[in-house]
Formats: sequence, structure tokens, C-alpha cells
Amino acid sequence: MPTVFIPAQLRELSGGTQSVELEAKNVREIVYQLDVMFPGFKDRICIDGNISPSLQVSIDSVMTSRGMIAKVQPHSEVHFIPAIGGG
Amino acid sequence: MTTTQYRVIGSRPVRHDGADKVTGKAIYTADTKLPGMLAGFVLRSPHAHAKIISIDTSEAEATPGVHAILTNADFPNVENKIADLGEGSVNLSYLSANCMAQQKVLYRGHAVAAVAATDVHIAEEAARKIKVEYEVLDSVTWVLDAMEENAPLLHEDIVTDSMGEKADKPSNIPVHLHFEKGDAAAAFEEADGIVEREFKTATVHQGYIEPHAVVADYNEDGRLRIWTATQGSFTCRQQTAEILQIPLGNVLVTPCEIGGGFGGKITVYLEPTAALLSKKAGRPVRIAMTRADVFEASGPTPGSFMRVKIGAKNDGTLIAGEAWLAYDAGAYPGGMIGPGCMCVFSCYDIDHAIVDGYDVLLNKPKTSAYRAPGATQVAFATEQLVDEIAEKLGMCALEIREKNAVKEGSRRVDGPVYPPIGLVECLDALKQSEHWNTPLDGPHQGRGIAAGFWFGCGLKSSAACTVNSDGTINLMEGSTDIGGSRTSIAMQLAEVLGLEAEDINPQVGDTDTAGYTDVTGGSRVTFATGMAAYEAGRDLQQQMRTLAADLWDCSADDITIGEDGVFSGNGKAVGFKALAVELFAAGEHLVGRATVAPECPTNGFGAQIADVEVDPETGKVTVLRYTTIQDAGKAIHPSYVEGQLQGGTVQGIGWALNEEYFYRDDNTMANASFLDYRMPTMLDVPMIDTIIVETGNPEHPYGVRGVGETPIVPPPAALANAIYNATDTRMTELPMSPPKLWKAMQSEQASE
Amino acid sequence: MPASKKVHVTTTINGEDTDFLCEPRHSLLEVLRDNLGLTGSKEGCNNGNCGACTVMLNGRPVDSCLVLGAEVEGAEIETVEGIACSSNLHPVQECFLEGAALQCGICTPGFLVASKALLDKDPHASEETIRFDLSGNLCRCTGYDKIVRAVQAAGQKMATKV
Repeated sequence: MPTVFIPAQLRELSGGTQSVELEAKNVREIVYQLDVMFPGFKDRICIDGNISPSLQVSIDSVMTSRGMIAKVQPHSEVHFIPAIGGG
Repeated sequence: MTTTQYRVIGSRPVRHDGADKVTGKAIYTADTKLPGMLAGFVLRSPHAHAKIISIDTSEAEATPGVHAILTNADFPNVENKIADLGEGSVNLSYLSANCMAQQKVLYRGHAVAAVAATDVHIAEEAARKIKVEYEVLDSVTWVLDAMEENAPLLHEDIVTDSMGEKADKPSNIPVHLHFEKGDAAAAFEEADGIVEREFKTATVHQGYIEPHAVVADYNEDGRLRIWTATQGSFTCRQQTAEILQIPLGNVLVTPCEIGGGFGGKITVYLEPTAALLSKKAGRPVRIAMTRADVFEASGPTPGSFMRVKIGAKNDGTLIAGEAWLAYDAGAYPGGMIGPGCMCVFSCYDIDHAIVDGYDVLLNKPKTSAYRAPGATQVAFATEQLVDEIAEKLGMCALEIREKNAVKEGSRRVDGPVYPPIGLVECLDALKQSEHWNTPLDGPHQGRGIAAGFWFGCGLKSSAACTVNSDGTINLMEGSTDIGGSRTSIAMQLAEVLGLEAEDINPQVGDTDTAGYTDVTGGSRVTFATGMAAYEAGRDLQQQMRTLAADLWDCSADDITIGEDGVFSGNGKAVGFKALAVELFAAGEHLVGRATVAPECPTNGFGAQIADVEVDPETGKVTVLRYTTIQDAGKAIHPSYVEGQLQGGTVQGIGWALNEEYFYRDDNTMANASFLDYRMPTMLDVPMIDTIIVETGNPEHPYGVRGVGETPIVPPPAALANAIYNATDTRMTELPMSPPKLWKAMQSEQASE
Repeated sequence: MPASKKVHVTTTINGEDTDFLCEPRHSLLEVLRDNLGLTGSKEGCNNGNCGACTVMLNGRPVDSCLVLGAEVEGAEIETVEGIACSSNLHPVQECFLEGAALQCGICTPGFLVASKALLDKDPHASEETIRFDLSGNLCRCTGYDKIVRAVQAAGQKMATKV
């Protein structure tokens, strides 16, 4: 099952839990399941049903631009991190 | 290490745009002249923070030669919409208000009105006749002051966002970030040695030599054509269209040759203004910033306050890190604090770390990216602490870095683990270098080292190649070329097809011509647009294989394509050019195309060695010798890779030793010229030796990693470490200019 | 203030007799770029601190942004456009290309004019002399290393050609 890391700023919702394993095929399924497990999770990272533009999703060290529809593999590691630009 | 032998990659051909650029023929934006073109001038705020009470343009309008005057009333009202600019996102209302102030001016230099006239001098004279009545407000330009509860508030409607959670009252802190890995507090308890310091860095500017410039022609049919100095024609198009609330397809952006950017030419400043002036005047309008405008009203990179702490075991293992970072955002939210937080411990495998970061609004221009945005500041802090803890534990500065360097599988403080990376290899190259193994030989001299990191991104790129009847190729791509990227992209296409670099005619297309391509930034062009060119070449080869099968009367599956680009099958072996000529004669014509969107960071690591001599009488630092080492993955054109390393390093040296925004008591910038904002001249620096490490990036067909940004990261830290080794004085503030260093040396001596 | 009456100026630019009309306030750089279409000389700062507008004025390199158009009556001016000889690049241009001594290219015209001026006097100029002599020209891309080497290489080429 993919491992999803709970951002430190949202661990108040997860009671301190740092990561969870859950059955999911894409980011949307992860977000919806986490919102059930930790109510309020989705509102903290989504705007209008999409990942907030100030965040990006890292799946196995790849910064996906596909947001909610990005696919995850059975052994994937998923992180929600700030979006970065460059010079 | 990559061992593949290439024909074109790794060679050093003369760049395709070279002759134009050494004869004065290359056309930059300010060189563009259209029939009937007017000159624009932007009137800017003399105050750091003020309410605009009224703007009276009547006298200016009556000036002979004036064709149009623009104020905030002419700008469409844009909502708080977040626009994705490819590399980062932006709130359009802030973007628009940064182009032309709405109710308030938030920094000296903030645009308040603009004039188009037959001549720039007339436009300026008329602009000076515009009467702007201001109510001057209290202002703030130091990050910690701006965070105070009773600080002058820039925006009434901005509250702190802590990953989606909003504070209940407005402040100058739009964003608070927090990262945790392991249990830092417990780890510090177990540490044998701990070092902690506070650091400050000044606001600095990218300092590109070409001031921002634009030509806009708003056609009667609603089409807007823009020629501009931009790092990304497609993001420029999008920003302009969104601010003006017109369809994207109505805007054509032609990227002219661009005189430097370094991250500072991504945001639009002049385009919407020039467009609206052109619309009003019914004629094309050119606006160019003055150098003072560039300093006061474009986007410098953040000044910062940082408190960083690290803890280690006696054997030198770094086990705990803690950082509290506050970065200037400037007048609008969206500074470089995110990457600052993510880079503060990015070179070291520290199991337990905690990082807090604050984006802070203050009365300076909105900050923007500058080569590895946000990383140089934190490296100045962390890389000094690493030296300091090494000294405390009796270790060598290199040894402690080797011991703790991140490698494949190390986890970043923000969570993700690194794929294969090259920091260890860079440190090894440092250790083997002639520089490291040559002792210093004089009084007041010191040597310092530092490591550096920048992510490097992929994003979207496109390429199309049209085959000419002689087998040469016209390559169309969309990455504005700031430093020779046309050639490094063309070389990758030449390599895959078995051609020479000179057989390719690369062209940077406009937004109606090139396929969608994100900005020239994030160290991505040679990596991602190069990959697009490679894929376009592969696309051509597949088409040619199918067509050759008809020609050669065999199945396409019977035709193989060698590494040298030779097509072999049915007893024939023909190179690309010959086959292209044959196919052309047979009535075929060939266009290859590709779009790519690689998403894995290219992870550029580097390490640098600085030797300095400090004049004890004045505090002046002379850089005696400098070596910049970097993992390029694979250097396509080694001369231009070296150029990136050398250029970034010297910018970092300037940031370290001299450059800073000085503010007067009224919080207006005091040194908005190249005389007073002193960037390194040729006389201030030595040769910059380079060592290119090539660990090969598995995400790229030729192993390329981005190289543009990382070289600016280590210099302030490497120089601070060198200064310490020369003087026993720890410099915790940038720049380490003579007066500051002299004072610090005096107090060091006094305390001894 | 109404624009002043234009001044008629006769001069030689890149070996060609040229005359132009300019306002007394127009700099030589403005005249070159806007009146005469010689946009090779660049404006980086317009106050004599970056050297991107360097031209030769009666045999001396000057920042053309600090010279008034009206001042050059009877003068001989050479710009970057005049460095190459018909279709042949000058050694300094060749060496800048071969040595990758430019990135964005905006400072390049000024460097070429100033470098050629130095090498015409002293083709064997030392690194120290080159760095001193060209310190009025700012480059933000290259870190100067490759520019210094290109100037040295050009000096050698010029010395062997003579």
C-alpha cells in the first residue's frame, strides 16, 4: 500500500501521526480517505476541489503537476510540499 | 560516472547566435522599432508607503507630443484569482497592482501612472506634470520589524496561512511554513556538540545588464502583439492576458534576445502598461526601465533573518537541526521562503530536524527568484555552522561534510528521498583537486569550503524540427535563450540524428509558432527542452524508418537505427542526411515534433573552495583563488556549463562581499545605481576554476542535470568560512563588506 | 520646457561620413541607437557605470551615454558595428565566440570595443592590465573568466597577424 506522509502542519489533525498506509490508486483517493480519517484535511490542502496552487504533490520524489489525478503505485511514497520556483 | 562516447555532446561548437551577438546585430527588445512607435514613461511613487488620494493628469495631457496617459483607473478589475505560471503560481490582483498601484503605493518605485509620447523625454516631462496627492503612511523595511504586531500593515486583507489554516486577524505574514522530520528536541538532548547562531542577509538584485523593456502594439482587431525581454514568452502571454482580461489567443508574445534574467524576468512589470498605452494611443509603444527603475521596481531577491542550530555526536554525525527563517516577500506575498525551508538542511543527512519559515510583507519591491531562490541565504547559515561544529569536534571541514553528505535514499526535511545524486562525488572531486591540495602561503589568508544544492525542475517543453531538402534541420523551440541554450538543445538533436551541431538551425519561436514551453528558469532548459529536441529527433527517425521501408522495399521492423543515426536494413546503411535527401526526392517531407513534461527534480549539487586575504586595516576581502565544482550529470557544451558555474559563483561573490539595498530613514532605496549598488567588476575577482562532475541523471537520455542555479549557493558561506579562517572572525551578516568586517574584527579583538 | 532647436552635427562613424540632427539633450548613445539605427551599442545604466554603450571617440573608448550628440561635431566614432571587416570577424570577435566569452550578449558590444582598444595599444596585455582596463565594463553572466581569456587569446592572434 502507498505510504502517505502527513505534513507537519496538519499533524494536529492526525493526532501526531506522521504517516499512514492506505489503499489508493491516485491522489484524489488519498485525499478523500485522509479527509475521512482526519476531518478537515481536504480543506487544508485543496482549493475548489484541486490541490492548492501553493502546494505540490511529490510521489516517489517526482513533483507531479497532475494534482488530484496523479497516479500512485502500491509502494509509492506521497508527500504534500510547498511549490517551488527557480531562477 | 557516464562513460558513453558521444560525437557532438561534450564538444564545444561556436554558438548559433554567436556572430549576431559579437557584431551588434542581435535584436534585443530596446532595439525593436515599429513604424509610428511611441515612447512610454512610467511615473513612480517617491514614497515607501502611501495612500493615493487623487491623480490629476490634466496638465500632462495638454503637453504637445503626448498621445496617451494611463492610471490605475484604466486597469481592469481582476479578482483574487490564482494563475499557474508554470513555475509557481501568482494571485492576479497582486500581479496587476504591482504593475500599477491601486489604492496604495507599497514601495518607492511603485508605478502610479504612465505616459506615451513621441519621444521618451517628452513622455517623462509630461509624467512629471501629473499631480499625485499622497497620504504618506508609516513604512517598514526590516523583516523582524515587519513581523511585529504593531508594524505598519501593508494589506488589510492578508492573514497568515498555515497550510490552509487562516489566522483570525491581518498581519504582514502571509505564510507560515513548518516542517518536521523525526524528533529534533530529543535529538538535541543526545547531541555532544551544538552550535547555534543568528544570521542576516541583505536584499540583493539579479543585476542583469539589460533593463526590462517591452514593445506593445494593440491592434484595432483586438490582437495584442508584444516584443519583450522575458524568461518565458508563454508565461508572459498568460500574465498579460489575465491582467488585461483578454483571451490568451489574442496575445502574441515574441521573445527578443534577452540581456540576462537570473529569475528576475519572469514576472511582468511593463507589458500590461505598454499594451494599454498602445490601445489608448492607437500606436505601438515602447517602454524601457531606467536602471534606477530596475533596482526600485523590479523584483530583487529576499533579505532574511535566520536562526539556525545544529547538533552532532562526537564522531561528527549530524543528528539534529533546527531553523527559524524569515524572508522578505516584498510588497506582495509569495517570496522564496518555501525553498529556503527546504534547502536549509538539503546537503546533509540529518535524521531529526524542525524548520519554521515566514514569508514577510514589507515596503520593498515584490521579491522574485534569483538563481536557486532562497537557497543562498540558508547555505550562508548552515554551511558556517557545519564548519563551526567541525572545529568544536576537532574535525576537518571537508571530513564532516563527507561524513554527512546526502546520497541516494537520504530523506529531505520536507519528506521526499533523493534519487541518485552527486554531492559525494563533488566532495571527492574537491578533495582530489589541485586547489585543495595546495597550501596557502601568506598572512591574513584563509580557505573556506561550502556545499550547495538546488532542485532543478522539469516542467513543459516542446520542440519541432523541419527537415530541409539537403538534410539540414530547422529546429523550432520556445525557450528564450539567455546563455547559449539554443546550441545545447541543438547539440542534443544533432547527437541523436548523427548530425553536426552546425547542421541544425535552432530558432526560439514566438507564442504563435513554438509549442508550449515553460520559463527559462529552474535550471531546466538544457535538461527539458533538450529532452524535447531529443524526442523530436526520435519522432523523425520513426517516420523516416517507415518511409524508408517503402523506399527500400522491406518492412520497417527490418530497419534499425544506430547510435550514430545510421539507418540500416535490406543491405543498405544510410546516414540521416542521405536518407533525408533521398526521401525528399521521393516526394516526402518531414517534420518531427515532441512535447515533454519531466517531473523529477534534476538535483544539482556542488561544492566550492575559496581562498581569501583580508586586509586587517580596512576589512577588505581579496579573493585570491576560487574553485567551483558541480555535478552537471552530463555536460552538453562544457564551455557553457563552465560559464554557468563561473557566472553564478561571481554573482555569489558579489552577494557575499558587497551587494545590498541601502535604505534611507524614510525607507526609500538610497543606492539605485550601478555605482552605488556595487556588483563585482573584472578587477574584483580572480579566474574561477571549474571542475565538472558527471554522475549522469537517469531521468534524461544523455544524463543532463540542471546547472544554472546551484553555483550561486555556496559562495557567501565559503567566503565566510575563509574569512573566519583568515581572521578568527565569524561573519553572520551579509554582505561582508569592508566596514562590517572591520567592525566585526575590532570587536573580536576586543573580546579576546 | 519646449524641446530645444535641433543641432546639425557632422561626424564620421565607422569610417563613413555621417550627419544627423539631434536635440542638445540627446546623448551620443541615443543618437546612435534612435537616429542612426546603430543599436549594437547597448544601454545598461545610462550613467556611465556599466560600459555596455562603449564606443571609440577619436581613438579613445568612452561611454556614449555620457557624451552628448552635439559634442561629436567633427569627431571620428567607431562602434561595435565597425569592428568586423566586411564579412570577416575581427580576432577579438572570433576569440569571444571560440572562448564562449558571452552568455546573454548584452554587455558584449561594449566589451568588444573596449578590448579592441586595449589590444590595439597592447596586444600582450597581462591579465592584471586586462582586468584593470576593462573594469568599467560590467558583465553579470560570465564571471569574467572567459572574457579575460578571450581577450588574451585575441591579443596573441593580433600579434601574430601583424
